[in-house]
Amino acid sequence: MAVSDTVAATPPAATPTPPAPSRRRRGRTAAYWLYLLPGAVLFLLVIGAPLVGTLYLSLTKWSGIGDPRWVGLDNYQHLLHDDVFWASFRNTIWMLVAMVVVPTVLGLLLAAVLFDVIGRRFKPRTAAALRAAFYLPQVLPVVVAGIVWGWILRPDGAFNSLLDAVGLGALRHDWLGDPGTALPAVMGVMIWVQIGYPVVVFMAALQRVDPELYEAAEVDGANWLHRFRAITLPQIRPETFVVALTCTIAALKVFGPIFALTRGGPDNATNVPSYFAYYTFFKKLQVGYGSAISMVLTLIIVVVAGIFIWMQARSERRDRGF
Amino acid sequence: MAVTLTPSTAPVTPARPVRDRQHRGVSRWVVLALVTLGALVMLVPFAFMLLNAFKSPGDYSSGGPLSWPTEFYTKGLRTYWTEVNFPLKFWNSALIAGSVAVLGVAVSLLNAYALGIGRVRGRLWIVGLFLLANMLPQEALIYPLYYVAKQVGLYNTQLSVIIIFTVIQSAFGTYLLASVMSTFPRSLLEAASLDGAGKWTVLWRVVFPNLRPTLAVLLIFFFIWTWNEFLIPLVMLIDNQTQTIPVALASLQGDRLMDAPTTNAGALISLVPAILFFLIFQRTLARGITAGAEK
Repeated sequence: MAVSDTVAATPPAATPTPPAPSRRRRGRTAAYWLYLLPGAVLFLLVIGAPLVGTLYLSLTKWSGIGDPRWVGLDNYQHLLHDDVFWASFRNTIWMLVAMVVVPTVLGLLLAAVLFDVIGRRFKPRTAAALRAAFYLPQVLPVVVAGIVWGWILRPDGAFNSLLDAVGLGALRHDWLGDPGTALPAVMGVMIWVQIGYPVVVFMAALQRVDPELYEAAEVDGANWLHRFRAITLPQIRPETFVVALTCTIAALKVFGPIFALTRGGPDNATNVPSYFAYYTFFKKLQVGYGSAISMVLTLIIVVVAGIFIWMQARSERRDRGF
Repeated sequence: MAVTLTPSTAPVTPARPVRDRQHRGVSRWVVLALVTLGALVMLVPFAFMLLNAFKSPGDYSSGGPLSWPTEFYTKGLRTYWTEVNFPLKFWNSALIAGSVAVLGVAVSLLNAYALGIGRVRGRLWIVGLFLLANMLPQEALIYPLYYVAKQVGLYNTQLSVIIIFTVIQSAFGTYLLASVMSTFPRSLLEAASLDGAGKWTVLWRVVFPNLRPTLAVLLIFFFIWTWNEFLIPLVMLIDNQTQTIPVALASLQGDRLMDAPTTNAGALISLVPAILFFLIFQRTLARGITAGAEK
C-alpha cells in the first residue's frame, strides 16, 4: 500500500533550465534520485536495518524478551566449539553436491542429449515432452515436494513397497529415520527437485548456438563426445556460471525441504545452517546465538558469490582477449 | 530455494535437419530409451501421489501404497479441502503473491529507471547492494523483522509478508531491469525529451511500453517465487486465517493429523495451482524471452 502511495506521489520531474550545460547535465542526473527514493527507503527498512539488527543481536545474549545483554564475540567463540554447527556445515557440503554438482553435470549431459540427439533425430515434440518431465518437480512448491517424499520414504511408504515388489524386500529401511541413510535420502530428493532447472536453462542456451558449428564438426568426422567438449561446453559457459551460482546460493540457504523432510534429524544427520538458525531463534529462543549462525552463513554466501562473480568476469576477459 | 529462471517453452526446433552418416543405426534408439527411462523415474513420485490421493484409509492399510484403489474415494480430498479451509489458503497465497508481483515490478521499474537510464552516480555499487539483498539468507533478516512486526501490529498479517517480499523480489528485478535499461536506445530517449517530455512521461510513454514483455516475465517470476516461499510466511503467519498453502500443508503434517491418503490428496490439491500457472504463463514466458533475445 505504502508503495503505491509513494509511486503516485512522486511528482512529474520538473526540468529546471540552468544556464551552463554542465550544470544542467548534473541537474538532470540528480533528478533521477527521486525515482530511487521509494526503493531505497523500502530497502533500508526491510533489508538494511534488519541486517544491522541481526549483526547487533549476534553480539548479545537475548531470549527475545527484556533487554539484550552485550556479550561481544562470545556467540562466535561458542560457535567454534559447537558440534551441531560444524555438523550443519558438513551437511551443507553434501547439499552442494546434491544441488549444484550433480544437477549441473547431469543437466549438461541431458540438455546436450535432448537437443543434439533426441531433438534432431526424433520429432522436436519428443524432446519437448521429455524436457517437461524433467522440469515438472521445479513447478512443485518445495514444501509439497518434501511432504510427498517424506511419505514415500517412510517405513510403510511407497519406496519400501516398491523394493518388496521387485524382490528386494531385504533392503527395506526407515530411510529418513536412520542417521546413516537420512542424508543420502535427502540428497536424492534434492537432485530430483533441482535437475530440471539446468536442463531447461541449458536447452534454451543451446538454441542460440549456431547449428553450422555442429554441422562443420560433423563433416570433419568429430563424434558426439568431441562435439560436446569442443562446441557445447564452451558455447554455453555463461549459462553454466549462472546456473552454478544460483544453485550454490540455493544450496547454502536450503531450508524448506529440510523442514518438510526431516527437521534436521535424526540426531542432526540432516541439519543445515539455515534450519539450525531457525531452530535456535524460534524453538530454543537463543536469539543472539541464532543471529551469530545467520551472520556466519551470510558471510559465507557473500564470499562464495564474490568468488563466482570474479571468476566469471575473469573468464569473460580471457574470452575477449583470445 | 530453487530459482526457476528461464523456463522457455518454445518447441525445440533445429534450424536445419542434419543428415548424420555415422549415427543412423540403433544407438539413437538406445539413447532415447535411456532418457525416457530417466524421465519416467522423475514422474514416479507424481504417479504415487495420484494413486494414493484417491484411496480410502482402509484401502491404503490393506493394499499398501502400490495397490490400485478399489473404489474412487474422494473423502481424503474433501477432508483436506475443509480441514485446511483450502479456498481461504488459496486466497491468502494469491493475495500475497499477486500484490508482491505487481508492487515488486513497480519498485523494480522505478529503481532501474534511475540506475539504468538515469545512470546516477555509483550505480554499480547500488546494483551490487540490491543484488546482495537477493542472495542474503532470510535468517539474517527474520528475527528483527519478526520483532518489529510484532511491535507495530503487522505480525500475522498478509501485509507484513507482502512488504517484505516486495523488497526482496524487487532487489532481483532492479538488477535485471537496470541491465536491460542500460542498453535502451538513447536516441529514443533524446527524441522524447526534444519533444518536451519530462522524465515521468518518458518513463511511462517510452520506457514502459518497450519493456512490457520483460516486465511480464518478471511479474510471473515474482508471483511463482512468492507463492512457493516458506520461511518468512512460516514465521510471520501463525494463524489459520492468514496462512499460505505451503505453510498450511507443512503445519498439518507436523501435527500428524493426516493419514497417508489425505497427505497425498493435500499435496495433489496444492500442486494443481502451480501447474495451472505454469500452463497459463508459459506462452508469456516464451514470448518475453524471445523479445529479450531480439534486443
